Amino acid sequence: MPPTDVLNPSYYHRVVDCQWACPAHTNVPEYIRLIAQGRYSDAYLLNRESNVFPGILGRTCDRPCEPACRRTRVDGKPVAICRLKRVAADLRDDIRPRLPRAPSQKNGRRIACVGCGPASLTVANDLLPLGYEVVIYEKLSQPGGLMRTNIPAFRLPVEVLDEEINYILDMGVDLRLGTPVESMKWLLQQGYDAIFVGSGAPKGKDLNLPGRYDSDKVYIGIEWLEAVHFGHVERIEERVLIIGVGNTAMDCCRTARRLGGRDVKVMARRTRPYFKASPWELEDAEEEGVQIVENHAPSRFVVEHGRLTGMEFEVLQWYEEGGRQKSRTVDKVIVPCDAVILAIGQDNAFPWIERDIGIQFNEWDMPIVDRQTMQCSLPGVFFGGDAAWGPENIIWAVAHGHQAAISIHNHCQGIPLTQRPPQRMTLTSTKMGFHEWSYSNAYSPAQRAKMIHVDLSERFQRLNIEVETGFTPEQTASEVERCLNCDVQTHFTAPLCIECDACIDICPVDCLTLTTDGPEEQLRLRLTVPARNLKQPLYVSSPLKQTGRVMVKDEDLCLHCGLCAERCPTAAWDMRKFNLLIPYAGHE
Amino acid sequence: MTYLPKPKVHHPDLPRNALGLTRRDYEGSLSTLCAGCGHDSVTAALILAFFELDIPPHRVAKLSGIGCSSKTPTYFLREAHGFNGVHGRMPALATGVSAARRDLWLVGISGDGDSLSIGLGQFCHAIRRRVRMVYILENNGVYGLTKGQFSASADIGSKSKKGEPNQQAPIDPVLLALSLGATFVARGFSGDKEQLVPILKAAFRHHGFAFVDVISPCVTFNDHEGSTKSYQYTRDHYKPVVHADFVPTHQEIVAHSEEGGVLDIRLHDGSVLRLRRTERDYDPTSRDAAYAYVRRHQDQGEVVTGILYIDSSPSEMHALSGTVETPLAQIPYEQLCPGGAALDQLMDSFR
Ligand SMILES: Cc1cc2nc3c(=O)[nH]c(=O)nc-3n(C[C@H](O)[C@H](O)[C@H](O)COP(=O)(O)OP(=O)(O)OC[C@H]3O[C@@H](n4cnc5c(N)ncnc54)[C@H](O)[C@@H]3O)c2cc1C
Ligand SMILES: Cc1ncc(C[n+]2csc(CCOP(=O)(O)OP(=O)(O)O)c2C)c(N)n1
Ligand code: SF4
Ligand code: SF4
Ligand code: SF4
Ligand SMILES: [Mg+2]
Repeated sequence: MPPTDVLNPSYYHRVVDCQWACPAHTNVPEYIRLIAQGRYSDAYLLNRESNVFPGILGRTCDRPCEPACRRTRVDGKPVAICRLKRVAADLRDDIRPRLPRAPSQKNGRRIACVGCGPASLTVANDLLPLGYEVVIYEKLSQPGGLMRTNIPAFRLPVEVLDEEINYILDMGVDLRLGTPVESMKWLLQQGYDAIFVGSGAPKGKDLNLPGRYDSDKVYIGIEWLEAVHFGHVERIEERVLIIGVGNTAMDCCRTARRLGGRDVKVMARRTRPYFKASPWELEDAEEEGVQIVENHAPSRFVVEHGRLTGMEFEVLQWYEEGGRQKSRTVDKVIVPCDAVILAIGQDNAFPWIERDIGIQFNEWDMPIVDRQTMQCSLPGVFFGGDAAWGPENIIWAVAHGHQAAISIHNHCQGIPLTQRPPQRMTLTSTKMGFHEWSYSNAYSPAQRAKMIHVDLSERFQRLNIEVETGFTPEQTASEVERCLNCDVQTHFTAPLCIECDACIDICPVDCLTLTTDGPEEQLRLRLTVPARNLKQPLYVSSPLKQTGRVMVKDEDLCLHCGLCAERCPTAAWDMRKFNLLIPYAGHE
Repeated sequence: MTYLPKPKVHHPDLPRNALGLTRRDYEGSLSTLCAGCGHDSVTAALILAFFELDIPPHRVAKLSGIGCSSKTPTYFLREAHGFNGVHGRMPALATGVSAARRDLWLVGISGDGDSLSIGLGQFCHAIRRRVRMVYILENNGVYGLTKGQFSASADIGSKSKKGEPNQQAPIDPVLLALSLGATFVARGFSGDKEQLVPILKAAFRHHGFAFVDVISPCVTFNDHEGSTKSYQYTRDHYKPVVHADFVPTHQEIVAHSEEGGVLDIRLHDGSVLRLRRTERDYDPTSRDAAYAYVRRHQDQGEVVTGILYIDSSPSEMHALSGTVETPLAQIPYEQLCPGGAALDQLMDSFR
């Protein structure tokens, strides 16, 4: 194999599994270390740089980082990355003086954003400090998008939401609430230098089955949650069926439990491993007495004398055929109920974008948007968040917002959009002395801390009682030590190695091998323990001077304990802290 | 040396042996040797050998004298028996343990100082007595523990760290063991576990005194240019002649052609030791040939390694003295020491 090019920032970046998996590439291990040191404000601000809404995300993030976390492969459970983020947010001081500020001298450029969800807010956050004027048009009377109208207050307190949204608005956003954009043509004529569309995927999917319109007790999930948020709905019937088992379904069933629903069932077509909702969401719902029913496909609303009395389902059996999951109907049942909430997904809808103004739509009636630049076919118009490629989540909306802001800045400066500021890195030795490193390199065998929930009886009293209480100081202290510091890289200097085997012998998880070079497939099988996880890279050195063999490291399970570097007599291995310098709008 | 204990977690794919143990279960406490010391690699090789042979750790006795090398029994098999004795006296300990507990696996760890200077006499007599044990000499050409004085295995002309050449003739422990009648003589290198582990496994299977000299560089006092026991020098002058593959008893022995230099040796317990010679006419079953070969190549400055001599039907101490099968320590005291009357009777029989 060719020697690994570790000076390309993406190699070490990939080793930091969580940061690599995070759409916004949050520097997780660094903020966890800051929390460990009690530097909550610093941890908060570091988070904010990349993910903009640490307090919100510390409660609600979809956390793609956690399934990726190396700790999962070591002891079965990831570091509680997300809830540690909340610790930083909860315990921070007033950080307002440290926030970026918009200059009083503007740069003369005006940007319009459609919708005030996390995507548009991120664009505003990145562009205001550069002197842009940002106008946000929002259809509703409150800013925040689905974060406010759909994520229930028992998961996300409104104060947390307000605080973080206001950090951005207070920089001087020209926010126009209750002002839907009804025509893109019109917007294009308003003389903006660029337009960002962050209007989300606002349409809940309907289910056109017999009986659908014979009762008014059939609700569309996201509309119903929005109505609950605005206080238009305060009660629900006793027996409720939720159709679908995604994130929306989870919020619907738990909200229904708080509004009078006693017998709440989530009806799923498939079996548990295929559910869209995360395991922790399912757990939380079941804890609240929601029943999750597998293998039931809805076929008919049962309406008797104008009253909804139940719903008919086909009971499915799943089997595999030609590598694909197929189903057959084995039974039909009627499940009695008084109300049904449809939570089977969201659609985009752009009725306000004329189709003759140069914005091309594809066969699914979605705008054609460039994955890198976020620009559509009409120069100067950018999309992001759920509006770009369909429903995702907050952290993706933020990531899109950052990229769109870079593009908008380039666009306004006349720089080609594809000429993006590069990622850079710094790599600094953490060696402090003979056996001293500037990070906590000892492996902690602690188990993942379990979030404490408010008592069931108490939490149903009001809709906005936050269920999760946050980590106790003891839980935080233990959880931070579970992080393996994957950003502290094992960095190898081949000419120094005398091939004494010390590092190989000491490595607790058998990452290292000295062997003759060969093609990757062969090399992987020849290691001290074969490297079967193909998602994880091999680090291969240049040939060593005594025998011409190569040092190979399987990154998969490395604990970043630094024992290899401590054992190395020549400092061929060193533990170096990798810091990814992520470019934002305005960076060179 | 590290201050951090090696974490208990291990790779989930780590193989388990017939006892259900992983190699990690054969480790000992944290090494306090210098980082990069060859002795730590020998420890790692021993761990692998014990693991692969499915030896229960508590059935092993580890014995040693004084020196960095002699410290290493602490670093493997934390469940084993052990005795760290005085300088150069490990063979006496081993003899005693073997006499009392012939049911245990014995491993003695020594250094070139421990065995070839202060303990030379003991070493020689353990060979003569044919104590059934694996005797490992971790050979670095210096007294590591006392900061790097030349030992009796240092070659003439090999330079000290300060640049002074050694002037006294070396004792080659391999030649010594051969000439004193050792029934298993091998040499390995700490930097080549692929060769060392099979050597150790064969040594443990040997039903007699097995001697393994391991070139094990002292990274702190004898790994510089001009040293003949450094990593670089050993690699430059390394000459493996006989590789070993160990075929356990239960495995079918596949026929082979003499062409490839392969030689099968049936051991005491019915298992087979398969030797692959890099030199077709090297005969590891001939003591004289082995002696001559090692001598000749030593003159050419080469470090000959591998299983250099093996006697497939060795005799050992207990057979020579006709002791009972039961370990003496397990025989009831009254029986083992039947008292004054019995002694008188015995004495009478000699009159
Ligand atoms: C029930 C539910 C729960 C969820 N829970 C989570 C969660 O826990 N974690 C998570 O990460 N994600 C969650 N999501 C997804 C997440 O909320 C969205 O992915 C995210 O908010 C998308 O952000 P956005 O900025 O693209 O759009 P949105 O948040 O959808 O904001 C779009 C805004 O644009 C406005 N708008 C639309 N059209 C116009 C127009 N023509 N003119 C003016 N304004 C307009 C809308 O009113 C809205 O305020 C959830 C979604 C739902 C439905
Ligand atoms: C009776 C006695 N004499 C001298 C010493 C000092 N001493 C300690 S270790 C050692 C030499 C050890 O050399 P070696 O066996 O080669 O071990 P190494 O440290 O090189 O592995 C000596 C002379 C001692 N401990 N006891
Ligand atoms: S830091 Fe070094 S010793 Fe520790 S697990 Fe990683 S490779 Fe192994
Ligand atoms: S410990 Fe250092 S010198 Fe020894 S093999 Fe490992 S990298 Fe090379
Ligand atoms: S002094 Fe030499 S022999 Fe002793 S531990 Fe250090 S390197 Fe090993
Ligand atoms: Mg020595």
